[in-house]
Amino acid sequence: MLQKYCFFKSTIGRKQLVALTGLILSLFVLTHMAGNLLILVSPQKYNEYAHSLVSNPFLELIEWVLLFALVSHFIIAMKLQINNFKAKPQAYARSGQGKKGTDPVSQTMAIQGLLILVFIVLHLITFKYGTSYEVNYGTGPMRDLHRLVVEVFHNPIYVGWYLVALVVLGLHLKHGVKSLFQTLGFNHPKYQCALQVFALLYAIVVSCGFIIQPIYVYFIFQN
Amino acid sequence: MKTINLKLKIWRQSGPEDKGHFMDFNATNISTDMSFLEMLDVVNSDLIKQNKEPIEFDHDCREGICGTCSLVINGSAHGPELGTTTCQLHMRKFNDNDTVYIEPFRAKAFPVIKDLVVDRSAFDRIIAAGGFISVNTGSAQDANAIPVAKEKADLSFAAATCIGCGACVASCKNASASLFVAAKMAHLNLLPQGQPEKENRALAMVAQMDQEGFGSCTNTGVCSAACPKEISLETIAQMNRTFLQASLGNRPPTKLSEGGF
Repeated sequence: MLQKYCFFKSTIGRKQLVALTGLILSLFVLTHMAGNLLILVSPQKYNEYAHSLVSNPFLELIEWVLLFALVSHFIIAMKLQINNFKAKPQAYARSGQGKKGTDPVSQTMAIQGLLILVFIVLHLITFKYGTSYEVNYGTGPMRDLHRLVVEVFHNPIYVGWYLVALVVLGLHLKHGVKSLFQTLGFNHPKYQCALQVFALLYAIVVSCGFIIQPIYVYFIFQN
Repeated sequence: MKTINLKLKIWRQSGPEDKGHFMDFNATNISTDMSFLEMLDVVNSDLIKQNKEPIEFDHDCREGICGTCSLVINGSAHGPELGTTTCQLHMRKFNDNDTVYIEPFRAKAFPVIKDLVVDRSAFDRIIAAGGFISVNTGSAQDANAIPVAKEKADLSFAAATCIGCGACVASCKNASASLFVAAKMAHLNLLPQGQPEKENRALAMVAQMDQEGFGSCTNTGVCSAACPKEISLETIAQMNRTFLQASLGNRPPTKLSEGGF
């Protein structure tokens, strides 16, 4: 009897965990995007911000929380996806039209998720664990992350790949942010419209905010 | 009287174990005033005249209130129109020489019995798990003894219009029964009579829904679009909310209470 009611085994419970971990991750991408925009201010501000992050004693804890959120978001969502494939073993010969057809963005959340996961791994290898140049602004040596970013984003292949991945991230957020409210039980005529607009804006702001960096470095920034 | 001819591609499956396949049929001289099921009646009477086996499909009231008719027509549950059942779909919505694909509702939890007929008894088991209220038998209570706010009564009634046809499951890419379960829960949970068992109901119905092999909700909203009674997605959010509340605060049933729940 108890086993039957296990929150972590029920589809709704699992979805609510995906929603909560998704919430943590979507807040993270917003702050990450905002920090990146410092590249528009100056290389020094950009590097100093990065340095203040890595020298923060709480960073390690936050990194573990994010890693935990990412891994559980991925594993639970994939389990649900596999369960969903099993629940619908055979597709229809034709797909539904108009409102009775599934919107391609919400239909491909799992594929988007996989692509974003690959992107995150490669992105960490490129930047977090990439070449560590050093710079000194008179307050002691710190990592010259700006130099690495400029180097990477002068390669058109990297710029193209980042554009693709960031647009996919935007699509994932568009459905994800809207969906997380519904899954956690927020849907009321009073605010439903506002929530949908908020989710769309959130996705556009985060995605476009991220895209500014490679575009700015490739087309505008001169050494 | 305007008539049209159609090319039909209809799913034939001799039994639950059969693999099944599409078979071509021609529906000729179909009056545009007919309903979709009447068109199938015409096709079937031709088959019977030719001594061939007619196509099996579910139907009963033929006025959109019983929830027996099903069918996925050109990929849409209950056909292309919004807010109607297959029996309310008229042939004037089709053009002459259209090709029409007719398939059964597809879901692991809705196994095909024959041709276009599926077994929807999974829904009955979900209702049996918690889609009811426990009342004492005996003389009826005074009318209006329990006050119910008009707004709540209206919302509850809107959810209670669910006819349990299963179009939500059929149209969902994950074959999720969320809209059905949420509608039944909202119907009872919004009324005072539904309160005592509210949390247990949420846990028991969701557990049964999962056990039947339905998928999970990914909030695409296609269920609500396909619903002939246009049940709102808001009911699913209410179900999620009640389920979370019940998971956090509910005490597991004891041996004493297991008689009911």
